[in-house]
This record gives sequence, C-alpha cells and structure tokens, in this order.
Amino acid sequence: MNDWPLWEVFIRSQHGLAHKHVGSLHAPDGEMALRNARDIYTRRGEGSSIWVVRSTDILASSPDEKEALFSPSISKVYRHPTFFPMPDEVKHL
Amino acid sequence: MVESPPPLFEYLLRLGDNALVLGQRVSAWTGKGPIIEEDLALANVALDLLGEARSWLSLAGAVEGLGRDEDALAMRRDAPEFRNVLLVEQPNGDYADTMARQFLFDAWHLPLLRVLARSSDARVAEVAHASAPEAAYHLERSREWVIRLGDGTEESHRRMASAIDRLWPYTGELFESDALEQTLARDGVAVDHSELRLPWRATVLETLAEATIDLPADGWHHSGGRRGMHSEHLSYLLSEMQYLEHRHPELKW
Amino acid sequence: MYTQLVDTEAKRLRSRSELSEPEQLFQARLDAEQKIEPGDDMPEAYRRTLIRQISQHAHSEWVGMLPEGNWITRAPTLARKCILLAKVQDEGGHALYLYAAAETLGVARETLIEELHAGNAKYSSIFNYPTLTWADVGAIGWLVDGAAIMNQIPLCRCSYGPYARAMVRICKEESFHQRQGYDLMLALCRGAPEQKQMAQDALDRWWWPAVMMFGPPDESSPHTAQSKAWRIKLYTNDELRQKFIDQSVPQADYLGLKVPDAALKWNEASGHYDFGTIPWDEFFRVVQGDGPCNRDRLDTRREAWEGGRWVREAATAHAVKTAARRRDTHATAPGSNGVSP
Repeated sequence: MNDWPLWEVFIRSQHGLAHKHVGSLHAPDGEMALRNARDIYTRRGEGSSIWVVRSTDILASSPDEKEALFSPSISKVYRHPTFFPMPDEVKHL
Repeated sequence: MVESPPPLFEYLLRLGDNALVLGQRVSAWTGKGPIIEEDLALANVALDLLGEARSWLSLAGAVEGLGRDEDALAMRRDAPEFRNVLLVEQPNGDYADTMARQFLFDAWHLPLLRVLARSSDARVAEVAHASAPEAAYHLERSREWVIRLGDGTEESHRRMASAIDRLWPYTGELFESDALEQTLARDGVAVDHSELRLPWRATVLETLAEATIDLPADGWHHSGGRRGMHSEHLSYLLSEMQYLEHRHPELKW
Repeated sequence: MYTQLVDTEAKRLRSRSELSEPEQLFQARLDAEQKIEPGDDMPEAYRRTLIRQISQHAHSEWVGMLPEGNWITRAPTLARKCILLAKVQDEGGHALYLYAAAETLGVARETLIEELHAGNAKYSSIFNYPTLTWADVGAIGWLVDGAAIMNQIPLCRCSYGPYARAMVRICKEESFHQRQGYDLMLALCRGAPEQKQMAQDALDRWWWPAVMMFGPPDESSPHTAQSKAWRIKLYTNDELRQKFIDQSVPQADYLGLKVPDAALKWNEASGHYDFGTIPWDEFFRVVQGDGPCNRDRLDTRREAWEGGRWVREAATAHAVKTAARRRDTHATAPGSNGVSP
C-alpha cells in the first residue's frame, strides 16, 4: 500500500459560517493533511480556518436507520415558525 | 556615452531573477510530482515565485526608465545579463534535490523579505511585504520535507543527505555582499546580505538536526551569478523559457 | 467530454416490469430526482458503472494536465505562464475531487491509478493528441474545455451525490478555463500574420478531435439509455455535440478563423448547423490505444508514479516514526498535564 490515508476536509469560509465539508485528500499525517488542504481547497481564498479528520474516524448514521433517526422530527411541526399563523396586523414576529 | 543603470535597478534584477528562475524550475514539476496533492502544492509555490518575480521585474523596469516591462526583462535578456544566484538554477533532479534547493533558498529568502519589508523605498517594502507570507509558507513546507525525507526511509535519507551535500557549495553565494548592496543598505533601501547568514544558519542547523542529516563542512563555494557568471544550466533554462520570443521577436501574446 | 464509451453492463434498457423489486424502488428514487448517497442501497451495476465513469473522468483530468503542461515552461509572457500554470493546477485539483468521489463507492484511489497505468482504464481520447504550438494551448482551452463544460454543467444534477457535488465545485472553478483559451486565441488572431496562421493551424488539428470528444453517435451508443435512466448522463452524445458545434462556429467566425469542415452550413429550418462526416475510424483507433500520444502520456504518468514511490514511502515511514515518538513521550511524561517535575 503506497497511497496515504484518506482525510476529510472542513473549511470555515470568510463569512463566519460553521466549518463545512469541502472534500477529501490523501496525506501521511495530520500536519501534511492541513498543508495539503490549504493548497487544494483554498486556491481561491475560500477559507479562514481548516479542520482535517481521518475519514475512518468519522461515524456516520446508517441510511437504513434514516427513518428511525429523522422521521420523528418531521412530525414535530411546532418546531418551525410557520406552524404558528399570525394575524396580518401584528408586525415584527 | 552609455549611462550605467541605477544601482536599485541592478538590485531589483537580483531579486526578480532569483524568483523567476526558481519559479520556472518548480513549474516544470507540474503534473509530474510524486502524488497529486504534491502537484498542487508545487504549483502554488511556483505561482507565488512567478508572481513575486513579476513584481520585482516590473519595478526594475520602472526604475530603469527605458520602457522595459517584466516580459522585456524576462524574455529578452541572455544568461550573462541574469543576476540570480547559482543555487536557484540548479536542475530539479529528484524530489530530494528539489526540496533541498527550495529549503536552502527559503531559509534565506524569508529573512531577506522580512528586512526588505521595512525598506526606506516604499515600492520595495510593498513587494517584500506582500511576498513574505508566501515565503514563510514555502519555508514551512520545504523544511518539513527535508525532515520527512531525511528521517524517513533509508533510501530517502540517503537521497536527502546527498542533495544537501551537492547543493551546499551553492549556499555561500547567498551571503556575499558587494559595494552596490552596501550602498543601498546604508540608505536603508536594501540589506547587506552578509547579515542574513545568522538567521539562515539557525534554521538550517535546527532543520538538518531534526532530519538526522550532518551539516556539511563549509569550504570553497561557487560564486558569480550576480555578475552574470552562471552555471551551464541557465542558458538551457532560458532557451526553453524564451523560445517563442526568439522565434517571433517583439510580438504581443 | 471527459467520459466516453462508459460500459453500463446493460445490453438494452429493461422495462419497469423486468426489474426486481429493489431495482424498482431504486429507479423510483431516481425518477423522483432523489440523490443517491454513498451508504445507500444501490444496484451493483450502478455502482460499478459509476466507478468506471467517475474514474475515467478523473483520469482524463489527470492525464489532461500533460498536453498543456508541456507549454508552461515555454509560455511567451509571464502573465500567460501564470494563467496556464493555474489552469493546469486546477485540472490536478479536479482529478483529485473526482478520485475522492469514486473512493466513496468503495474503491481506493491507488487501485484506480494502477488500473490506468496498466492500460486497463480509459481516459478521454482528446488527450492523446499532441500540443505542437503555443496556439494549441488556446485551442484546448476554447474547444476542449468548452466541450467539457457542456457535459459537466448538467452533471451537477446527476443522481450520485458525491459526483454531483464534485461537479459543482469543478464547474465553478472551470469557468475561467474556456475564457482564457479564447482570450489567447483572440490575441493571436489580432496579432501578426504568423500568429493568426498558428491559430488557424491549431483549429485545423483540434476541431475534429473536439467534436469526437462527445463520443460515438447515439445509434451506436448502447449504454446511453441505461445511463440516462440512472441519471448519470443527462443528454445524449449527439445532443451535446450539436450544441457544441452551434456554439463554436460563431466563435470561430469572430476570430476570423475557418472551421475545417467543407460541409458545415447553417440550416435555417432546423435552427442548427449541418456538418460533415466525422472520422469515427480515427476515434476508435485512438480510444484503442493507437493515437499520436497514447504511449507517451501513459509512460509519463507511470514514470511520475513509480519515480515518486520512494517519496510516498518515506512520508509514510516518517509519519509512523513521529506517531510512535509522540506515544512514547506521552507514556513517559510525568503526568499528562504537561507540568515538568
């Protein structure tokens, strides 16, 4: 095996939003993963902070459990502001 | 009577030619690096250096005042008119040669730019100030590669040690100083390059120790780039870089 | 475009009633334009076809660095040199994004690269043509990137999430590639007669290979129907080819260059250009390995990969040593709070 392990790259853009997954790369260690992420994913000034995580260290929810994980929240419509109709005369709500 | 060019013009050519020749060398790796991630990183280094070269050469042309722009200076001078140090024109060789050359240059380039960023000439300060963060990144990268290859496998250690040995006699020239530089340094425009030896040596000592590579002995060193006395390699590099200008002189592209 | 003759393992498109129940469910998701994500259930043939298509696309980007890369060290001005270098670097980045998308389907990048080097994987026929003059750099940007964009913009909506996301990023970055090519051609066509001649010669050599990039005609593309049903191909080869020709001919006119096709003619009734016979023999010959540069391109890739092996191994060895040293330091440190005795 010659190829270096796979890392996932997360970048926080200039606009102050949370780190966002932008892609993957190969690197032998964390330091180089960070350097490579800078060289690969910020060529157009896209970022102000970088996280790298070994792909094998990410625990992902299983697609088979999609229903169990996400359906309950779909039924809780009261969590969304549109659930509460407001009289047109009332402003700033 | 031919007027001799202003000393600052000559000094700017030294800065510009170093960045241009090394940028040209590094750019030749594009698509041929050891792994795609490195291809991208090398291209970034080359782009930084070429960008820096363009700034220095444009400024040189303005200082000279004869209407020569960056391309006239890059494409229409012959080897004896180039003012770069011999280190940067050495061939790419293998990855250890390329990284060793880069490291030995970066460790000198960064402190140089940091001093020039405080130049009394605002134009010089501006270019140096813009290029210093790039040089800092180059140094981190090349330093890590020297360590990684030096302290990697037996083969990589052997290759890096031999690259450092081979390039070492080209490092002495980096710290040579002449009357032109000393005059500019006195005016606060440039820096006396002999002052860069200490910071350079500190970086090199620390890095080679971590790379488990012995510091080569100082002895005789190559010299002459700043006077236009180059190694055999430069004219090949230029004949490739200037090919279209030779074939079709004075056209716009 | 960068993928041609992708095998879907289907001899013909099966009707809905011929599909198994899981296949029907899968097809229903695709028809509802849902995205398929890495861990989802998917038919094996879909997965294998995607690996072939995405890796072929990645190989094309990676090999595609070479023909233009030829001219980086000989670019006529420093600005053109930087633009070209940045463009070729982008292609390396695109290869990387695409290999990563293929890896989500459970295949290692190294395996894909070794398949390429062994001659078992395809890449776009276009990169087996030589770049002989500086104008070829312009012709590639204008025509080859132009053709690629035409294919890649719809692929941003393809059914496989990681592939679609890679395409979004690629299309965003690639928008300058075609323009820099046309800008380069404009400079030549507005320049000296010898420069304009250089541009015409490049168009003469690149036109038909570019037209053939879209792959063989629809009637001899047995996999198109399946690929469209899977939503990994959104338009047919002929649709995209016609669009390309309709778009490129006026651009050539503006440059004052002549497209090398005597039969080329605007058809008022169809609203499209009619064009001459495409040299498909040449296309199949090049795809089979007998193009002007097939062997050179693969040799260069192999040499870089084999020549870089010791570098990759050294980096791995160093990472292992460093990790071991860190463990030792932590194990022997007086307390883990970092306070020295």
